[in-house]
Amino acid sequence: MVSETDIEHIARLADIGITPEELAEFTSQFNAILEYFDILDRVQGAETPTPELSNVFREDEVRPSLPQESVLKNAGSTEDGYIKAPRVM
Amino acid sequence: MTVIVGLEVHVQLNTRTKLFCGCSTDYRDDEPNTHVCPVCLGLPGALPRINRTAVEYGLRVAKALDMDVLEESEFARKNYFYPDLPKGFQITQYDRPLAINGTIEIEDDAGREKEVRITRVHLEEDPGRLVHRGGGDRARYSLVDYNRSGIPLLEIVTEPDLRSPQEARRFLVKLRSILEYLGVFDGEREGALRVDANISLEGHDRVEVKNISSYRGVEKALTFEVTRQKNLIRRGVPIVRETRHFQEARGITTSSRGKEEEHDYRYFPEPDLRPLRVADWVAGIELPELPAARKNRFMEQYGISLIHARTLTGDVKVADFYEKVAHVDPLLAATWVADTLLGELNYRSMSIAKVPPDHFADLLSLIKQDVVTDRAAVQILRVMLDRCAAGEAPESPEAIMERLNLGKAAGGEFTAIVRAVIEAHPQAVEDYRSGKKGALNYLVGQVMKETRGRADPRELGRIVTEYIETSEV
Ligand SMILES: [Zn+2]
Repeated sequence: MVSETDIEHIARLADIGITPEELAEFTSQFNAILEYFDILDRVQGAETPTPELSNVFREDEVRPSLPQESVLKNAGSTEDGYIKAPRVM
Repeated sequence: MTVIVGLEVHVQLNTRTKLFCGCSTDYRDDEPNTHVCPVCLGLPGALPRINRTAVEYGLRVAKALDMDVLEESEFARKNYFYPDLPKGFQITQYDRPLAINGTIEIEDDAGREKEVRITRVHLEEDPGRLVHRGGGDRARYSLVDYNRSGIPLLEIVTEPDLRSPQEARRFLVKLRSILEYLGVFDGEREGALRVDANISLEGHDRVEVKNISSYRGVEKALTFEVTRQKNLIRRGVPIVRETRHFQEARGITTSSRGKEEEHDYRYFPEPDLRPLRVADWVAGIELPELPAARKNRFMEQYGISLIHARTLTGDVKVADFYEKVAHVDPLLAATWVADTLLGELNYRSMSIAKVPPDHFADLLSLIKQDVVTDRAAVQILRVMLDRCAAGEAPESPEAIMERLNLGKAAGGEFTAIVRAVIEAHPQAVEDYRSGKKGALNYLVGQVMKETRGRADPRELGRIVTEYIETSEV
């Protein structure tokens, strides 16, 4: 179970302020999500990754990157090809 | 008061592609955000895939430092929020790193060999790069370039075995040398090395200094810290355990208190990547000749001094260069590369890779055959280097010598110059005659100036003495 104290802590780490109403709301939402995982944990015969599987590699070969305009499409604000973000220091 | 220093060194491995995606690592001259894809941008649903070469490079380092490679190592998520981290976490290695327990040998401040213990090496992805326009602290927002995001980093962590800022610098120089010999790192690339240093004075709390990005910076930052901490202790102020930032331009460290959030990275194993089981690769890795072995071979094979051998083998490019020109005359080549060429390159912040070895060998031949004086040879070298630095077509040393008339002149050519100099400086001549032998050096210097260094100073001394003693001026 996630408590309101946990949510406050996580909000602080993420540097976001939340209201008391949101605190209650997020706490119940977090717990609802964790309950789904509890259900998944109880499912019989579900596939789990092969435990012995290791060393999954790709070769060191260059693949095309995205064009700059696509990269910047999701950014709220840009400047000269950079993504603009609030100053964090 | 004993100084205790431990380092965390981050070096960019010079693979062709990033650690978890196929984006090219060759981004330095390119526009921001042009070497990124869904993986290194952390877009939802994108899956990382491990670059085999990055793992091989990490193992090469582990083997060279005589480390134990873990039977099974794994990647982990380090969670924190910062604009340079698009996913909100960095993929790194936490409690099961690639390798542990190694050593690097350096010289201590008394010149004795000492071992620095390496705690661990692990692989991780580089974050993006933040740019602050309008001057550092005053900028109100950060500009983010994710081209660097996902570049493979090897983090090398030492035990607190270093005892002075100078030792720390020597350690880094040695580490760089080994990494370059191994072909996994290029120290000339901007930002390829970053260091965090833990420093304390024995019996007091330790301070972490972040944001050091050069070899000289490490020595500067630590020297500043030693002085700062000693002053506090002298005044009876306790050292606060804290993180400080190195301000490279000002050569000082400043407290990051207040800026620093509580460290709660909530590490957990990276669910998108399978573990590494690569310990058995180590036996198959062939290591090249490393700096210490090459230094010993140079002394044996070329008969050069320990000091020259050490200087020439510190940088793999310098060592390769030396071996290309040593055929002219190993001792002469050692002197001219170690004592002259490196200084001239350093002065120009120029890489030895830009110097054509065949031209340098030709210059050595001119010196060896006594066609030019040492002084003229330096002048020819400077012209050669300036041309290379300017990106002009290289010109052979013979051509430069002839173009600038720097060939060694025969004695007779100087008679007129000697006469003119002596006539112009009667006082010096008189001083010499009255027993002030130092006046001779002055006169020879004047003639040297007139001949632009083409004459052999010893021969010139003889000519000038002879002239004064046989003439009536
Ligand atoms: Zn990518």
